[in-house]
Amino acid sequence: MYDFIYHRATSIGGAQSTFKSSDDPVYLAGGMTLLPTMKLRLANPSDVIDIGQLDGLTGVERSGDEIVVKAMTTHDEVAASADIATAIPALGSLADSIGDPHVRNRGTIGGSIANNDPAADYPAALVGLGSVVVTTSREIEADGFFTNMFETALEPDELITAVRFRIPEAACYMKFPNPASRYALVGVMVARTNDGVRVAVTGAGPCVFRVSEMETALTADFKPEAIAGIPVATDGLNSDIHAGSEYRAHLVGVMAARAVAACS
Amino acid sequence: MKVNVGVTVNGKKVTAEVEARTLLVQFLRDHLELTGTHVGCDTSQCGACVVHVDGKAIKSCTILAAQCEGTNVVTIEGLADGDTLHPMQEAFRDNHGLQCGFCTPGMVMAAVDLVTRHPQPNEELVRERLEGNLCRCTGYHNIVKSVVAGAEAMAR
Ligand code: FES
Ligand code: FES
Repeated sequence: MYDFIYHRATSIGGAQSTFKSSDDPVYLAGGMTLLPTMKLRLANPSDVIDIGQLDGLTGVERSGDEIVVKAMTTHDEVAASADIATAIPALGSLADSIGDPHVRNRGTIGGSIANNDPAADYPAALVGLGSVVVTTSREIEADGFFTNMFETALEPDELITAVRFRIPEAACYMKFPNPASRYALVGVMVARTNDGVRVAVTGAGPCVFRVSEMETALTADFKPEAIAGIPVATDGLNSDIHAGSEYRAHLVGVMAARAVAACS
Repeated sequence: MKVNVGVTVNGKKVTAEVEARTLLVQFLRDHLELTGTHVGCDTSQCGACVVHVDGKAIKSCTILAAQCEGTNVVTIEGLADGDTLHPMQEAFRDNHGLQCGFCTPGMVMAAVDLVTRHPQPNEELVRERLEGNLCRCTGYHNIVKSVVAGAEAMAR
């Protein structure tokens, strides 16, 4: 790892002003992606702004028909939350499937979505559940938040403070993990909400995406058979030594059908 | 850049000036000479480096020493009570839960965290929750046995 200037932020405003006055800064949340990237020298920030000890950025709250997860809440805390287990069990089990227990003790929801890894699980949860990302300056619909591989709608110094999840009628996340890395080769979140069904896919493409044909079919008839004949286009899907684009496209249908079956 | 780090390690307060890029595992091994914590992969996969920070098992190869400011760190050296091994360490010895021993410090630290959360884990749960710890010798069988026995001993 190259040398850098370390800043321990004591307030959100302080973290942002350090960011603005630095050369090539980066925020450090749990560090589960950033630190390995820096160790491989794929990232070489001039300044690392550690937001890990800021107050008020962790915890889960239920308010009305929403679950609010603060940005620095770890995957372990999401997995262990009784409120989430009652309201959106699919979200708790998704968090419990990320990495391994030690990674879940450090990795945070805000860090994960700000990174927008194409194979990360949370993007499917946010888009599938129709969530809202709350930042230091605004609220961003999940549909518009994840813009491209490792890219989001965030401004450089903007910090995520929370994610608001609408509580669905039913939801389920099914993942086909890469047998070695355990990252999602394909992961599908299916959610039945009061304004229709949402189907969000991670791992298959460069960025999380929705499958509108499946959503329409499932809104009309929420059964695995309803999406049996719906093909997923292979254009633009990931293709690598682990799985070709055709295999991934096929898995989207299989995982979506399993998710529907587990919901109903 | 140098930073000052103040942490409690195995009950003792330590402060040191280290390079900002110092990982917790380097701080433990190179600065404090606590070489019980191992580095197997350095890429957050193997779990040989697992220690507890504020009671939670984490991979010390993937956290900066500076991030641990003010925390309470426990390493494998901090588990035993004088000459009396921790029940989980004793269980690994009794059940032949190690061969070369390289993965063992991380396995034991992971197991203690696991049992704190799930006081009576069954074999299936132990296998699932040891996903972040790799062993290249034992084939895991005796490790799983050790963790189940260690959990029983910890409950006594
Ligand atoms: S050395 Fe940390 S996980 Fe392998
Ligand atoms: S005992 Fe040798 S690696 Fe586990």
